[in-house]
Amino acid sequence: MSGTVADSANALLTVSGLETYFPFGNRWFGKREWVRAVDGVDLTVRRGEVLGLVGESGCGKTTLGRSVLRLVEPTRGAVDFDGVDLLSLKGRGLRAMRRRMQIIFQDPYKSLSPRMQIGQIIAEPLRLHRIVPEHEIEMRVQGLLTKVGLEPYFMSRYPHEMSGGQRQRIAIARTLALEPEFIVADEPVSALDVSVQAGILNILLELQRGEGLAMLFISHDLAVVEHIADRVAVMYRGKIVELAETDRVIGSPLHPYTQALLSAVPSIDPATKRKRIRLPGEPPSPIGAVVGCPFAPRCPEAQGVCRESAPALEPKAAGHFAACHFR
Amino acid sequence: MLLNVQDLASYFFLDEGELKAVDGVSFHVDVKETVALVGESGCGKTIVALSLINLIPPPGRVVRGRILFDGRDLLRMESDELRQVRGGGIGMIFQEPGAALNPIYTIGDQITGVLRLHRSLGKHQAQKAAIELLGETGIPEPEKRMNAYPFELSGGMQQRVLIAIAISGRPKLLIADEPTTALDVTVQADILDLLAYLQEQYGMAILLISHDIGVVADVAERIMVMYPGKIVEIADTEDLFRDPRHPYTKALLSSVPRLGVGHNEPLKGIPGAVPDFLDLPSGCTFHPRCTIGDSSCTSEFPPLVDIGYRRKCACYKAETG
Repeated sequence: MSGTVADSANALLTVSGLETYFPFGNRWFGKREWVRAVDGVDLTVRRGEVLGLVGESGCGKTTLGRSVLRLVEPTRGAVDFDGVDLLSLKGRGLRAMRRRMQIIFQDPYKSLSPRMQIGQIIAEPLRLHRIVPEHEIEMRVQGLLTKVGLEPYFMSRYPHEMSGGQRQRIAIARTLALEPEFIVADEPVSALDVSVQAGILNILLELQRGEGLAMLFISHDLAVVEHIADRVAVMYRGKIVELAETDRVIGSPLHPYTQALLSAVPSIDPATKRKRIRLPGEPPSPIGAVVGCPFAPRCPEAQGVCRESAPALEPKAAGHFAACHFR
Repeated sequence: MLLNVQDLASYFFLDEGELKAVDGVSFHVDVKETVALVGESGCGKTIVALSLINLIPPPGRVVRGRILFDGRDLLRMESDELRQVRGGGIGMIFQEPGAALNPIYTIGDQITGVLRLHRSLGKHQAQKAAIELLGETGIPEPEKRMNAYPFELSGGMQQRVLIAIAISGRPKLLIADEPTTALDVTVQADILDLLAYLQEQYGMAILLISHDIGVVADVAERIMVMYPGKIVEIADTEDLFRDPRHPYTKALLSSVPRLGVGHNEPLKGIPGAVPDFLDLPSGCTFHPRCTIGDSSCTSEFPPLVDIGYRRKCACYKAETG
């Protein structure tokens, strides 16, 4: 097998060697430590593709999503968006690129200003980026509301008058206002009830297909990711440990962590009961450097080599990458 | 029958009006049985649980009904008696383990406090029993953890401590309100395993409250489905998943994304949203979102009636048999 995660035809976003560290602890006394939220990530998102990013809380998936948009500044590495080196951009150049890449946040109760009417919320990006002349804004906003399945009369409403599902639709409409090519959707349905969640997922899928959007879909919920993603990346303590087509990751996972994660998902079909793989120990702390494989302390198959050298994310089958010495 | 709840109603008296969070709920839990109460957020599940142990915060209170626990009505008990039931008869764990533990006391203090109060143990006995309990709930190095403060433990470990506290009085019934919602999926599975183990070990009944029908599928023997203020369906777990009868249960099950069924299939959600308690639709409150309802559904809420062996449903249109 040859090739790396980064060389992919048709890549829209290419992330290589990305590290995002946060300082931790006292600067003057004791040892200065770093929270290694993103600790060496290689990734591509292809044009028109939904890449699912899964992992448990604290594994760095949100920081990775924000780093590729430069909503937090990466420490090292490179992010290439459609041939442009994002990390070297400043000011106006960065703002122009941001038009093409947008984000949907997890909590629609926090991401919408309570003091603005829905119409203003959706129009704001249109005005800031001067997308359309003032007299066309209202029509554009109405069109966006229709796209996300809301009636135009919502324009004069305030967020507190709306349910969680409706708010998330507003957040999506605001994201779409700039007609981006790439969206980071950070747990967009986690705060919603399951009956409402389905509606939002369907809208995202429809829009993604209709407009050929590329999406980095971040979620802790494997069933949701399976539903929406073309490929899935599994993250553990700041690193991608497995990356492949969705059916392969769900159906024939290679990495021991992916296998354990999948086995823990509760099933509502008594017929498809999975055998639980129990992981000893606790989810890892992201503080400080790791020697060897980050999963080794909990891995049921770990050997000496796993504690000494970190496995690289390598192709194990066509398009199926895993970071494990024994796969 | 360990717990028998009859026509329980708990209202909140707000400036905006009467909020009927629980409005005529009847169910039972057998000895050593695991029963789940599922429903979406804001449907009144937690208020059912708080009603059982009379801990509803004002301006809410239980307005009618009977809660027979071991044959005695909890609603007609003096507060001393009730406190004994809370300590010994019924244990409870909550969703946010971090919020349920006192941040300024060590784990040991919090467990021994309960043990000394409810099992009247001396200081040393309590210490010993606490270490045993922590070990029993799967906390590594329990002696060491006795001196830890809650913030030093992970969410999963905090929940284990709370479970240790909840079972310290050897309850006959454990009420677990969203015990795994704040936890990661691998930790969630561990906690569910632990509950099943403890149930076996102590012969407890468990009332498991969850918004996630997937979580309860593995552990519950029976499931009760709640829609604002009411129970709309009760059935054995297998029957409920194989053959749901209430349109809400059917819709809820079809909107759950299932792992391993392939991707890119549109999910069936439920149109609209869970209604606002202060602005409930007339008649069956599900009728505006229901696909089989008609004009007969708009006048009165359908009663929860037997529709087959060990199953009940509150729908005029539900098939029986």
